[in-house]
Amino acid sequence: MENYLSLFVRAVFVENLALSFFLGMCTFLAISKRIETALGLGAAVIVVQTITVPINQLIHAWLLADGALAWAGLPDVDLSFLGLISYIGVIAAMVQILEMVLDRYFSALYNALGIFLPLITVNCAILGGSLFMVERAYTFGESVVFGLGSGFGWALALVGLASIREKLRYSDVPAGLQGLGITFIITGLMSLAFMSFSGIQL
Amino acid sequence: MKQEDRQILFEPVIDNNPITLQVLGVCSALAVTVKLAPSLIMCVALTFVITCASAAVSLIRHHIPTNIRIIVQITIIASLVIVVDQVLKAFAWEISKQLSVFVGLIITNCIVLGRAEAFALHNPVRESVLDALGHAMGYSLILILVATLRELFGSGTLLGFQVLPLVRDGGWYEPNGLMLLAPSAFFIIGLLIWAFRSWKPAQVEEAEYRIHGVQGTEPR
Repeated sequence: MENYLSLFVRAVFVENLALSFFLGMCTFLAISKRIETALGLGAAVIVVQTITVPINQLIHAWLLADGALAWAGLPDVDLSFLGLISYIGVIAAMVQILEMVLDRYFSALYNALGIFLPLITVNCAILGGSLFMVERAYTFGESVVFGLGSGFGWALALVGLASIREKLRYSDVPAGLQGLGITFIITGLMSLAFMSFSGIQL
Repeated sequence: MKQEDRQILFEPVIDNNPITLQVLGVCSALAVTVKLAPSLIMCVALTFVITCASAAVSLIRHHIPTNIRIIVQITIIASLVIVVDQVLKAFAWEISKQLSVFVGLIITNCIVLGRAEAFALHNPVRESVLDALGHAMGYSLILILVATLRELFGSGTLLGFQVLPLVRDGGWYEPNGLMLLAPSAFFIIGLLIWAFRSWKPAQVEEAEYRIHGVQGTEPR
């Protein structure tokens, strides 16, 4: 249990996908103008990340890793080169299924998240989460916690940046820095602030 | 070379740079720029993937059904990235370890998909390849600039050779540790954007709100 808690805190604060690994930056910079849209996208990322990382963990552990097909009588087969294409396929399919399920059973939630779901397929934070899971060899339980934590950390950074940018509209920014430039500088300062968590060990 | 070709090729380098103006492909641009060598490898990998992907998408553009075009493009890109990943693992194991997940993340690099979707789907092969090369150059320019600044001031080296003698080894340069950490990449890109836009004022974004002069002071 302690192990899981420590992993969660690390995924949210210390190894924040957006601020220390720069993942999902394109969406991060484009969708952070309003808090409401940032909240919607953040929620969608948490949901998709929590589902896709564990599913990709199962696919990696039971189908693709070296010797993973031993249960099917093929102990010498190593399919790990198919990893990238399988993970992105799973992500695209999960996003599509999630969209249909939400549309059918939770239409209020679908209307809130609707426009953000297709964007998520090409969000590097989602694919990055799965690739980190493979690189660090997480177990199934750890991958659930890591998926939830990294999605939550990304959403937290996004909402934080959106709130700063809402206030920033009233400030007098030099012409050349207006818009994208000042957003980069602010993200840098946020990243600096998140680095103060780096000593935390539970 | 014809005038239009030259425009397609060189416009994305400065005037319509994918990173500083279109906000595409920022994710991987920041993470690999601590040292110059991995950044160069990353530029080569991206140039290969984007050129081949644009050429392939452009070749079959009349046969792709509109509904499933994203899946088709992602499959093409993912296959190319797997090739790059396997080649790097075979011939440059050390660099491939340093780049870790970021080679795989070329799949979701918005520049590649964005050019396939916005240009290669509607244009012949020749123009698509030129456009892809132009965007790859724009991306590489920023990556190399950022990596040079970070490696030079962060560790006093370029491509591993000592350029600024460090205090630790009896020289005069005290390395700036911040340059090796994540925030510096954001600062450098932000400042680069400022420099680019001061040079080319047409790229400056319109402010959402203007502060009017307060009563008694001069209006701006």
